Amino acid sequence: MSKLHYALYTGCTAKESTPELLSSTLAVAKKLGIEITILEEASCCGASHLQDFDEFLAHVLNARNICYAEKLGLPMITICNTCQLNSAMTKRALDNDPELKAKVNKKLASVGLKYNGTSEIKHFLFALIDDYGLENIKEKVVTPLSHLNIAPFYGCHNIRPSELHNKDNAYTPTSLDQLIESLEGNPVNYTHKNKCCGFHVELQATHTSELLAGNAMVDAIDNNADIMVTPCPLCHLKMDTYQDNLGKVMGRDVELPVLHMPQMVALSLGCNEDEIGLKFHVQKAKQLYTK
Amino acid sequence: MSKTKSETRKVTIKAFRFNAETDYLPYYKHYEMEVGKDELVLDLMNKIKWEHDGSFSYRRSCRHGICGACAIKVNGKAVLACKQNAIELLDMFDNDITLEPQSKKRAVKDMIIDKNDFWDKHATVKPFVEAVVEPRPEKETNMSIEQFDKFLDSDLCIQCGACHYSCPVLEVNEDFFGPAAFVAAYRFSIDPRDDAGVERLEMVGEMGQGVWDCVKCFECAEACPKDINPIEKITKLHNMQFEQGLARSNVATRHAEGFVRSIRKHGLLDEADIVTYSEGYLGMHKHIKTAMKMLKAGKIHFTDTLPFVDNMPKSKNLEEIQKLIDISMTNKL
Repeated sequence: MSKLHYALYTGCTAKESTPELLSSTLAVAKKLGIEITILEEASCCGASHLQDFDEFLAHVLNARNICYAEKLGLPMITICNTCQLNSAMTKRALDNDPELKAKVNKKLASVGLKYNGTSEIKHFLFALIDDYGLENIKEKVVTPLSHLNIAPFYGCHNIRPSELHNKDNAYTPTSLDQLIESLEGNPVNYTHKNKCCGFHVELQATHTSELLAGNAMVDAIDNNADIMVTPCPLCHLKMDTYQDNLGKVMGRDVELPVLHMPQMVALSLGCNEDEIGLKFHVQKAKQLYTK
Repeated sequence: MSKTKSETRKVTIKAFRFNAETDYLPYYKHYEMEVGKDELVLDLMNKIKWEHDGSFSYRRSCRHGICGACAIKVNGKAVLACKQNAIELLDMFDNDITLEPQSKKRAVKDMIIDKNDFWDKHATVKPFVEAVVEPRPEKETNMSIEQFDKFLDSDLCIQCGACHYSCPVLEVNEDFFGPAAFVAAYRFSIDPRDDAGVERLEMVGEMGQGVWDCVKCFECAEACPKDINPIEKITKLHNMQFEQGLARSNVATRHAEGFVRSIRKHGLLDEADIVTYSEGYLGMHKHIKTAMKMLKAGKIHFTDTLPFVDNMPKSKNLEEIQKLIDISMTNKL
């Protein structure tokens, strides 16, 4: 296999409240021999909120991020579902609408950039599965996760709308399950694995947000999950940081370690504790270091 | 490969059964049948009724995907029974499919639900053109291609309820209008003949019931059998509130607009600032406990909250981002 090389769009969260996401991603890439160039020029994707305020501005900023991957001649990878969705939506809008593309490029020209549409955009989960290959990952596993029941929580923005992502079926997604299996973990089957965590209305509709996250957590717990794993740091923040509140809303204990997808891979590849960064979790998961 | 093999398949179909007048709880019955390659979910329901149990009940009418009556769910996936190929579903769900009503808690008899909540909300957003017109107008109202394109296919909605009963917000907040009502609000507010746009935008801008409570899960986009993409219209309704100066300053609108403030300053989103800016200092008390936990885990730092201390990471070439915001931003709060 020729060496894989990606431009990494970290998103804001990995640089702020979930530093463990960035360190575990880089650790996994290093272990697998995947080369990563971080797009330090990139801005926030708008997280679907800027889009509500000013959709055109959001397209301009996302197109600028993609320009920097294009300048490197590399495919862009994301480690956040919402970054993935917003970047991919901008790419689709510009690639299918020459008028919009021209309008955006007129703005970008003022800072010496041009969007061409030459870089593919994919989530790191699919870079691992489709480009690196599950069989190859399996060979690198040093600590199999066979002692863990792992609830995959897919997160909306990497599966819906399915015609945009064109990877998983939104009703029966399997990618994360397959990754868990390749690390010899036991995927937990539960109804809420492809449902919404409510993160995006945390401020303005707290009760809605907590009920959605609470229902999903309880479903995973009742199906015997030891941990939950998600490819989205926003789902992670909602599920990890707010477990006390979710417990109150659900009227029962809600306690479950929630890992970022790259942390789970890092655990099985034998990366070190600083790289995996479980200490940054609110619901402590440090017991996972000792098998 | 023999051709006949792929053409029919013998399967067991499970169906939700319930009669609100006689049953205490719903139950599931199994029906064995052959399914042909061109058969639709509606054909499976007909077979249950005609060959197994005449009391099996469901709504059907046009058989052409236009009346919206036969919308049900199969393994949680919203389908229009007269449009959805059965083999396609059997493939998707490994030959194990269960027919259920759109909303189990609203079931009246088998697949038939009480859809009043849907119709009430739909009717509230004034799903009609409201305009004062001359009793005997001199000429027709012409619509340009540009005006027509702005409908974004929202006029194709058949009110089947697929998006409405797939929306997770409606499961936990019964005041929420839901995606179909938003599509209708958009469809008539964008209509150049209509005069009730402001009223509708105010209605859907209201917290608790309006677009600000949308969780952005894209379930509606996935569910719609007419490919209308309701969440696209929800985004437009958000945008229109700012464009028309109707957005009131509240936690949700400040949350959307606050992204610009952060990105202009750092390129990235300042996670602490967006919460403070959206909630206002008085609203911060709700977040103190969570903030303390995040502080303890090292997710946030004490200095993040101090004014005049800027330890935010910055995007490289930040001045480009600032310039692009200045020349591209069209809306104001």
